Amino acid sequence: MTLEEKKQEIIEGFSLYEEWLDKYEYLIELGKNLAPFPEEKKTEDRLIKGCQSRVWLDSELRDGSLYFMADSDAVITRGIISLLIGVYSGRPAQEIAADDFAFVSEIGLKDNLSPTRANGLASMIERIREIAKSYGRE
Amino acid sequence: MTEEIRKSFPALSATVYGRPLVYLDNAATSHRPQAVIDAWTSLVCGANANIHRAVHHLAGLATDAYEDCRNQVAAFLNAPSREEIVFTSGATAAVNLVAFSFGEAFVREGDEVLVSVAEHHSNLVPWQLLCQRKKAVLKVLDIRENGELAVESLENLLSERTKIVAISHISNVLGLVNPVQEIVGICHKRGIPVLVDGAQGVVHEKVDVQELDCDFYLFSGHKLYAATGTGVLYGKRKWMEAMPPYMGGGEMIEHVTLEKTSFAPLPGKFEAGTQNFNAAPTLVPAMTFAKACREDGSVQKEQQAILEYVYEQITRNELITLYGTPLASKIPLFSFVVKGAHHEDLALILDKMGIAVRSGQMCAEPLMERLGVTGLLRASFAPYNTLEEAEYFIKSLDKAIKMLL
Repeated sequence: MTLEEKKQEIIEGFSLYEEWLDKYEYLIELGKNLAPFPEEKKTEDRLIKGCQSRVWLDSELRDGSLYFMADSDAVITRGIISLLIGVYSGRPAQEIAADDFAFVSEIGLKDNLSPTRANGLASMIERIREIAKSYGRE
Repeated sequence: MTEEIRKSFPALSATVYGRPLVYLDNAATSHRPQAVIDAWTSLVCGANANIHRAVHHLAGLATDAYEDCRNQVAAFLNAPSREEIVFTSGATAAVNLVAFSFGEAFVREGDEVLVSVAEHHSNLVPWQLLCQRKKAVLKVLDIRENGELAVESLENLLSERTKIVAISHISNVLGLVNPVQEIVGICHKRGIPVLVDGAQGVVHEKVDVQELDCDFYLFSGHKLYAATGTGVLYGKRKWMEAMPPYMGGGEMIEHVTLEKTSFAPLPGKFEAGTQNFNAAPTLVPAMTFAKACREDGSVQKEQQAILEYVYEQITRNELITLYGTPLASKIPLFSFVVKGAHHEDLALILDKMGIAVRSGQMCAEPLMERLGVTGLLRASFAPYNTLEEAEYFIKSLDKAIKMLL
């Protein structure tokens, strides 16, 4: 599946829910099912600033593709992370670095989440981009 | 009665996400009654001129409104004189003013300043800055397990080096009325002045600064239904006269030459530059409203009913831990954690149900650390909130918790 197809899949999945409370139910479900993140990796350098909840993001490069692992103490945030990781994990670093992350606005996440949450989301995206750029240079 | 009050607050008829707004973030800022909006509009439209200096008609109207407001604030706080009332941009500015000017006059290297662990950053950081500047020591009064100030340990924390004690009247997190009079008594026995941060206190309690005998009392207008950018500092004359100016500029001077400036008498000395003259007089209708609510039996009854109902619902829920528990000194402000549900998740879901609550660290990080939490959910009620809203809040909270667990 291409990056665009992956995004489309997420957008369609999200658009099934009209009510925001239902969208939250969906995000909560995704958040609860996010792969476990090792406690020892919840370190200061993996912590993303700018979120009201705490978010940790880790990454590794395998066979030319970038993989992300993440966690948060808030479950809706975990759901959002799950969406982001679902789209970008397993993609070449350069492809991620070049992406515009516009699909986040398309599913209405940015507009409909509280300002602090939007900041948190912006910080998450920024971190994913930074990591991708740093690997992309190597 | 509450329905009548609600009608006079236009912002309360708003809908959010198609649902009626239930505004429970009053400790952050209150809404403004029509009388406050009208006062502001009439000043902007009919009396907009810079105050004090000009001789023209409009300047006279603006000056009268501003200075009459000072009289009314003095009466509201029962201050001994109008000269002891200084207008500021808010509570934060008032604390900073005292921390700087009192600090310049009275705090030396090795001296001590005492605050409580439950202070809002506004009544903490200015004192930290003062202590850094003067190489003074910041001492901290702890709280008891139930959230009350540990007044029993106050004596031991005071010394002959203690220059000032700064304490909140009501914590913005714990929602308990602190025993300010007792604290003032203990400190005054040693000749130590006390500053009271009344940002929350003035909204809920009748304040008589002569009865409290505190040395400084301050509050923000915007939490008391007045326009944003307004605030009040009351300071005893003996301190205010001995303190140097905080900011230099127009209005605060008596005579200026290039070599030397003499300063205006109180309160002008502390009101440098153009004042917020369009907004400050909105304190008058705001104080009238606050006073009417305090004195109206049916309003008080509904507030008490909300307090008891929410308190009971929250404390009997085994998943919820409430901080600040003694009911006798509690105001309708509830900060709590829900086991297994993050405060931010809860706030986001409640928001979509039309309920505005606060989540996070409440500008009181040291208190969060003391309580051992990363943040809290806070619901704070005002006299325009109804028991029905309280019931809807509890029902919605239960629903949000069920979604998350």
